Amino acid sequence: MTNRPTTRRHIGRPRTLLPITILLASALLAGTAPAGATDEALTLMTHDSFYLPDEVIAAFEAEHGVTLEVLPAGDAGSMVNQAILTADRPLADVIYGVDNTFLSRALAADLFEPYRSPALAAVPAELQLDERDRVTPIDYADVCLNVDRAAFADGDLPLPGDLADLLDPALAGQLVVQNPATSSPGLAFLLATIAALGEDPETGWRSFWAGLRDNGVSVAAGWEEAYYGSFSGGSGEGELPIVVSYATSPVAEVVFGPDPEADESPTAALDVGCFRQVEFAGILRGTDQPELAAALIDHLLSPPAQAALPLAMYVYPARADVEVPPVFARHALRPTRTWNLEPAAIDAGREDWIREWTAIVLR
Amino acid sequence: MDRDRPALTRGQALLLAAPPLAFVGLFFLWPVAHILALGVAPEGSLALGDVTKAWQEPYVLEVVLFTIGLATLSTLLTLLLGMPVAWVFGRFEFPGRRVAWALTVVPFVLPTVVVGSAFLALLGPRSPINAVAETLLGAAAPQLRLEGSAAAIVIAHIFYNVAVIIRLVGGMWMHLDPRSEEAARVLGASSWRTFREVSWPLLRPAVLSAASIVFLFTVTSFGVVLMLGSPRDTTLEVEIYRQTAILLDLPTAAALTILQMAGVVVILLASARMQERLSLQQTLRPSGQAARRPRRGREGALVAGILLAAAIFMMLPLAALLERALAGPEGYGLAGFGSLLTDEPRMRLAAPPIAAIVDSLLFAAITTLLAGGLGLLAATAIGYRRGWLSRALDALIMLPLGTSAVIVGFGFLVSLDTPPLDLRTSILLIPIAHSLIALPFVIRALVPIIRAIDDRLREAASVLGASPARAWREIDAPILARGALVGAGFAFAVSLGEFGATLFIARPDTFTIPVVIYRLLGQPGAESFATAMALATLLMVLTAAAVLLIERLRGSGPQTF
Repeated sequence: MTNRPTTRRHIGRPRTLLPITILLASALLAGTAPAGATDEALTLMTHDSFYLPDEVIAAFEAEHGVTLEVLPAGDAGSMVNQAILTADRPLADVIYGVDNTFLSRALAADLFEPYRSPALAAVPAELQLDERDRVTPIDYADVCLNVDRAAFADGDLPLPGDLADLLDPALAGQLVVQNPATSSPGLAFLLATIAALGEDPETGWRSFWAGLRDNGVSVAAGWEEAYYGSFSGGSGEGELPIVVSYATSPVAEVVFGPDPEADESPTAALDVGCFRQVEFAGILRGTDQPELAAALIDHLLSPPAQAALPLAMYVYPARADVEVPPVFARHALRPTRTWNLEPAAIDAGREDWIREWTAIVLR
Repeated sequence: MDRDRPALTRGQALLLAAPPLAFVGLFFLWPVAHILALGVAPEGSLALGDVTKAWQEPYVLEVVLFTIGLATLSTLLTLLLGMPVAWVFGRFEFPGRRVAWALTVVPFVLPTVVVGSAFLALLGPRSPINAVAETLLGAAAPQLRLEGSAAAIVIAHIFYNVAVIIRLVGGMWMHLDPRSEEAARVLGASSWRTFREVSWPLLRPAVLSAASIVFLFTVTSFGVVLMLGSPRDTTLEVEIYRQTAILLDLPTAAALTILQMAGVVVILLASARMQERLSLQQTLRPSGQAARRPRRGREGALVAGILLAAAIFMMLPLAALLERALAGPEGYGLAGFGSLLTDEPRMRLAAPPIAAIVDSLLFAAITTLLAGGLGLLAATAIGYRRGWLSRALDALIMLPLGTSAVIVGFGFLVSLDTPPLDLRTSILLIPIAHSLIALPFVIRALVPIIRAIDDRLREAASVLGASPARAWREIDAPILARGALVGAGFAFAVSLGEFGATLFIARPDTFTIPVVIYRLLGQPGAESFATAMALATLLMVLTAAAVLLIERLRGSGPQTF
């Protein structure tokens, strides 16, 4: 072994300490200026699926002379729970993306500063689920069954017209749903069946799901696995022609498909067992910029932002007076009715329903 | 061997261990203790009722047994498949060895969404294996359908973790003195007997070390279980995620986490103890001197066969991925790669996907420095001593690998919230979280090597008049440097590919490669899918290149010391 001076370079202890010292020092410095504490920035906590076009965000920043910092915090449930755990020292000024399945828990944790936006005048009353205006509805989406048009084209499979049709032996092994324990559309569909079928032991939701199990329903962990992995229609790569997805999914199939001008989507949403997910925004209690936070809520309800929502997140704007893009009007389903439950009932029942569902369908 | 007089005093060891201890204490123990406290003492005083109630639930036992079974089976099979490859890399010189060695790390860095989707393509109904079977046997051919089964999870676990065995065991094997094996052969031992009686006893600590990492990884595996497994089978990690992120049932989450951590600690302490007992001091060789070309005939065929099998197993999913990167909506082409460069509004990203590379490299560099530096200190404190202190330190640093990511992430939120340490939304949380995961690799690459350094070499040096510092520099340092580079390569790769931990941290809009891949996959359309796969391909190339570069840092190769 030769004594090479280079060996020391890689093992000297003082050298390895230097970067750490720098890093810890900068960590401390960075720590003194948490996001949202300065007046130049407003922080928006949201879920990972959040997206708004740059123009919409830039318009807000220009009008109010602030920077809008977006803080993605996991899926909707994870985001609400993080907000609850940090209620004493909020991570953000505004939260957006709390849906009606988590609303009751968020309200119970007293997360919000009440605010009634003047723009709510244009929002239908049935979307305004909190009479005390602690949260403001921004958008909604309907979870409905989707089918692969090609699979139903030759008439061998009967197109389901209501939930009970899914129990038809002719549709055995054709449906994939998401596990309500791990997926929000999965939970939405379970809630729709509970709302639509009720508790009756003969005809209620429990016997319906037992029937689905006997008819070979597939269960996937999440929406991606079900839609891309198991569903055969559109961008799905699986084999099953019926999936739980959104009423707007056929629009996405056209917009992102080979021909954005296509007359017909390769998939269709069915007016069967639809559940409405309403997404809310709220001002987080403890913000030191309540006026700016209120301005952001107004901005999210402003006609330009509302008009951008459909193609940004495949949702409907809460305002009734905003036109949706033609591609929406052509390919999205407007269900004749949705099956809903009170937010308080959802929060109270969720854990038990999921447990029972698991016992019925998976065990 | 002088077991009574360790090379470090307890005081020296504690001093060296102080920075890594402070790091793990502040960024792991403190946050986890905080979130657990919210579960076991929601009102400020101890209320164990809900926690003990959760332990008595029959389904909890089911979940625990399934988790342990899955992890044990995955670890054993990974070991079985990784050992021959480690042997080939440890003992033989062959064309392209360096590149192949760097490539072994690639599966390890791929985000679970990518691996999951590659495996769905390979094990599902449209698998090429089924296509081949159908062409050969007609439509009546038996179909391979592994998606939604525990088997699919195990296969993906092996694919992910075989790199850990190959690199940690192979890295040790390179340094074993081949002369003892040669002597055994000359004395008439068969090659199997030579392995069993000469190499195996010397390798056992490294094998144990690597196997315990694999076990921890598989016991906390999350994305793979959700994507490939059946919804009927829940693991502890998935259940902790559900209780924490969806239900916010902190008492139940605490009950499950305590169970998980207690099990992990028991296994870690036992494995550290066994490792100490099994460590044999030996004359380690620079790796260049230990490797030789395989002999023609049976040995050559065996080596070639092992390499080919490993290449097929590890490269097939990667090839599936590349195939999907090239398959655009209008047939095969480079459109997926082209859109990496464009700022396409339909991708819903603020910058062209390629920009993610800069952020990713920066985080990876910080992680490598942080985990490399802290790891070297900790490994020195652990490796040069024996006994409870060394074992406890080792277990403590390994523990983050065996703890649920959502618990650590939520723990950050409730603990690091007081200025001047309000790091909750700081960008620094990302390299910190990555370093917690990378540290064990640095330790595991170094400790077995330190333990194997023969004290007699140092004694000889001091007899010849070298100071202890000089002896360390001349004897230990060159061997350590090599181990440190293996660890640094892992740290870099861990950071490049890590996604799970950052998933549960509320973070400013950062743009690491896995985050962008995840976003692209969350969008409809064949175009974003091809772009995601193209970015994953780029991630593989980048990882291999970075690891190759890191391992080259020591100049023209292993024979230089």
